[in-house]
Amino acid sequence: MNTGTDHIIKSYDSELARLTGEIVRMGELSVTQLEAAIDVLERRDERAAQRVVGNDEAIDQLEQEIGHDVVRLLALRAPMAGDLRNVYAALRIASDIERIGDYAANVAKRSIPLSMVAPVAPVHGLNHLARLAAEEVREVLAAYSDRDVERAYQVWKNDVVLDEAYTGYFRQLLTYMMEDPRNITPCTHLLFMAKNIERIGDHATNIAENIWFQVTGEPLDKQRSKRDLTSNPEITKLGE
Amino acid sequence: MTDSALATNPVPVAPAATVAPKITVRDLHFYYNGFHALKGINMDIPEKQVTAIIGPSGCGKSTLLRIFNRIYAIYPKLEAKGEILLDGDNILDPRYSMNRLRSKVGMVFQKPVPFPMTIFENVAYGIRHHEKLSRKDMEGRVEQALRNAALWDEVKDKLKQNALGLSGGQQQRLCIARAIALKPEVLLLDEPTSALDPIATGRIEQLVEELKSQFTIVIVTHNMQQAARVSDQTAFMYLGELIEYDRTEKIFTKPGKKQTEDYITGRFG
Amino acid sequence: MNTLYLRRRIANALAMALSLLATLVGLAFLAWILWETLRQGVGALDLKLFTKITAYGEDGGLLNSMVGSLVINFIGIGIATPIGVLAGTWLAEYANRTKLGESIRFLNDILLSAPSIVMGLFVYTIIVLPSTALTHGSTSFSGFAGGVALALIALPVIVRTTDEMLRLVPSTLREAALSLGVPQWKLTLQILIRAARSGIITGVLLALARISGETAPLLFTAFGNNYMAVNPLEKMSSLPQIIYQYANDPGDAMHALAWAGAFVITMFVLLLSLASRLILSRTKVSHD
Repeated sequence: MNTGTDHIIKSYDSELARLTGEIVRMGELSVTQLEAAIDVLERRDERAAQRVVGNDEAIDQLEQEIGHDVVRLLALRAPMAGDLRNVYAALRIASDIERIGDYAANVAKRSIPLSMVAPVAPVHGLNHLARLAAEEVREVLAAYSDRDVERAYQVWKNDVVLDEAYTGYFRQLLTYMMEDPRNITPCTHLLFMAKNIERIGDHATNIAENIWFQVTGEPLDKQRSKRDLTSNPEITKLGE
Repeated sequence: MTDSALATNPVPVAPAATVAPKITVRDLHFYYNGFHALKGINMDIPEKQVTAIIGPSGCGKSTLLRIFNRIYAIYPKLEAKGEILLDGDNILDPRYSMNRLRSKVGMVFQKPVPFPMTIFENVAYGIRHHEKLSRKDMEGRVEQALRNAALWDEVKDKLKQNALGLSGGQQQRLCIARAIALKPEVLLLDEPTSALDPIATGRIEQLVEELKSQFTIVIVTHNMQQAARVSDQTAFMYLGELIEYDRTEKIFTKPGKKQTEDYITGRFG
Repeated sequence: MNTLYLRRRIANALAMALSLLATLVGLAFLAWILWETLRQGVGALDLKLFTKITAYGEDGGLLNSMVGSLVINFIGIGIATPIGVLAGTWLAEYANRTKLGESIRFLNDILLSAPSIVMGLFVYTIIVLPSTALTHGSTSFSGFAGGVALALIALPVIVRTTDEMLRLVPSTLREAALSLGVPQWKLTLQILIRAARSGIITGVLLALARISGETAPLLFTAFGNNYMAVNPLEKMSSLPQIIYQYANDPGDAMHALAWAGAFVITMFVLLLSLASRLILSRTKVSHD
């Protein structure tokens, strides 16, 4: 509930704006990392993959900076009401973005062993998943910087698309593995990568929930379909 | 909620508290030399809880507090209209005995104002007006009041000394002891720590927490953090109106009105 | 820039010098008066001042004048204090901010600056003349009449200081007492007067200092007496009156006595001022 009016103390405004800026920057960095990870996977570029893994450091550092800023704001400004939720949400969102960065780095890391074996067909399917996830994160960041609850809610609702794509991809990988046991190693790597990307979507929904809380002061109502259908015993039967 | 909705919708008179109201304010208007200082206040103050009233200077919060024991009546040209029910009886009714009211409702002021007498006499003075006690009983009552006000250990060896020799924080606790010595049911605190340092303030706040098991406490404060720390519900007043009244936690995390939010986040201007 | 600065400094130095000069002139006269009183007074100081009554020539003392002064002042302050304190209390506590209170305060201020000889004439008219009628012709000047005249001078001073001192008591002290259910009269007597006590006592002492030097109102009332008189219904001598009388006398011995009397009064007033200062400074912390 940012009311448009500024604080009586001007520097308070700039500190809050700085916090928002840091979150957005951190989020963009994590999306870039995810896209870079998929890119190195397709290009089978081991050294580029190492670079992506190394870049995660920058995201971790930003998270630390945000943590420091949040503690400072809490101690020096004693924020209340909307400001308090703003600062609290920033801390939580930062930790979600940090996890997104970790997953992106994980994807890049697993691309290294994949690049050492013969290419397998379902690699391209992962690309589709990653694009969905990146889009989701971009959307939720835009919602964050605009304090747009409606947009955040859409992201939260649409995560089911990523979940379904993941479930489909999971089945696809199972089929490949059953077809030819030699596919098991690369497909297991791909399976983990897909799971990582699916988790990125979950963190994007977490961010959406935090935006919702930050703006409305209420928790987002949790009535939604199950995300990860692969835990359903039915799925293994399908593969037989 | 928009401002126009605010103007037409009556403000909720009570937070969702399950406790029975000790004080019920109904359509209270207050005029000061013809100036309309309070404009239709409706408010339920629950028993044995702490209710904080916040708002910018001149919003009428102290005025409201000073109507609860009709101390305003000592000045000419002040007029209160409406009802304030204390346990169901309207204290604004001229037939309501002032003695009864003042023995039921104690008050502590912004600046510590001990009487120019000994520490013991400060506490005993008010009791003497309402009750005839033997010397021994009186000593017991004074000790109990001073203990309740967390002052006994600091003054027990100098009860015969002039109260003006105490520190500011001690003087304020003496004023609280003086008020609670009459065994009131309601305790009004009018910015009780605004003249005190943080440590003395902390002591008073701790005291408020301890006293709320025995008294219904209403505190007016400029310090929002203090309201957040000590109160169970908070009322926000602005320009003589009660803008919002709710559980303290709600007021400070998710106020319902824009004006409240602006005030507590420091956006007023 | 520099010239401006210089000009300011010159103006500053000039203003400082002028005010210093004015202060010195004022103080010089004061010191001169004190010195003259001290020199002449101490020179004339003698034990017989306190043991002998007034007599023309070398043998006179001031005993009867001092006793008379004490009696008259005592009557004056004795009448003025209760009336003044009560009136001041009424003004501050009951009539504060009312039209009547304001008018009375204004009248009191006029009385405060009324010429003292008017008071003497007034008392001569309302006490001395009627009692002369009662005593069938012999004029009834009396110490009591003198005391009443002095009371009229002390009264506005006491009213004023009591009123001021009570109004200085913070209103929260009143509210604190009233919020305990204490009634107004108890609050006034037991708390407010106590809180303002030192100020009120000071006011009384200053009033005493003021009246102990008054001469004019005594001329038509106590008149003077060359013999010892302790009965306030008789004519009475007093220090200011004897100073006035002896200063007009051609005899040097009489002048010396007048100086001695002046010295005694000055010391008395000085002591009263010091005492009031002491009382005020000792209780300065009262409302902090």
